[in-house]
Amino acid sequence: METGMIARELNLKVMSGADKNNNATGGYTGDLLSDVMANAREGDIWITRQVHQNIVAVATLKDLAAIVLVNSCEPARDTLEKAMKENVVIMVSSQPAFELSGRIFNLLNSSK
Amino acid sequence: MRKASSAVWKKLKPEVNASENILVKNSFDVDGGNFDTAGTVSTRIKSILKEQGLPSDVVRRSAIVSYEAEINVVSYAKRGVINLTVTPAAVEIAVNDEGPGIPDIEKAMQQGYSTASQQIREMGFGAGMGLYNIKSYSDRFDISSEVDKGTFLKMIILIQKP
Repeated sequence: METGMIARELNLKVMSGADKNNNATGGYTGDLLSDVMANAREGDIWITRQVHQNIVAVATLKDLAAIVLVNSCEPARDTLEKAMKENVVIMVSSQPAFELSGRIFNLLNSSK
Repeated sequence: MRKASSAVWKKLKPEVNASENILVKNSFDVDGGNFDTAGTVSTRIKSILKEQGLPSDVVRRSAIVSYEAEINVVSYAKRGVINLTVTPAAVEIAVNDEGPGIPDIEKAMQQGYSTASQQIREMGFGAGMGLYNIKSYSDRFDISSEVDKGTFLKMIILIQKP
């Protein structure tokens, strides 16, 4: 499912990469960067509350479809600048990680 | 007193053969303590490997391994150098840092063991997974360290499986 569609369905605020519309094939939730590096798969949507700029490098290195920040956490300014430069999709949700993960899981499953 | 220790994990035998055709040879500096640029070298390495048209599994594993090694240099060392060598058979990533070294490598290799500061942990690093991930995602991994001097890592990711 395209990240733009997920943003519309779940009322996510798109902060960067609005024109990208990557295809999301799965998801991964976590705040430990090494855990995400080891276990997320290419095309995953990454649900986290880390807002610092190192999340952009992880998303680029793992070819993640998008980063979704939970609990209305806004990306730090240098995070956003880096994401725009590297064309990484960052979106913000008002929901906590548990709820958002469930919704994204259902959405991706229903589109299969 | 300085203590030197080293360990080698051999899951597969082959070494990068020096007489072999070297496709890429690059060296990158890493600044210790600079989290603003952390991951830049690994991102560069990944795009070089992609340009070489290597299999996606090799690119993916090399990116994980170099990222973890780069983050370790940023988190603990004063400075470091990452050397990338690509031959038709393998990707070799060697990392040399000037830093505190690792007194007990066996312990540092354990998943979950970490000496990271609170500040590093708050950013989502220092979970004690770095060396463990490096070992799991490389085909050969050598590590040696001297306390108060630095740490040397060499990781090999095979392109052609024997």
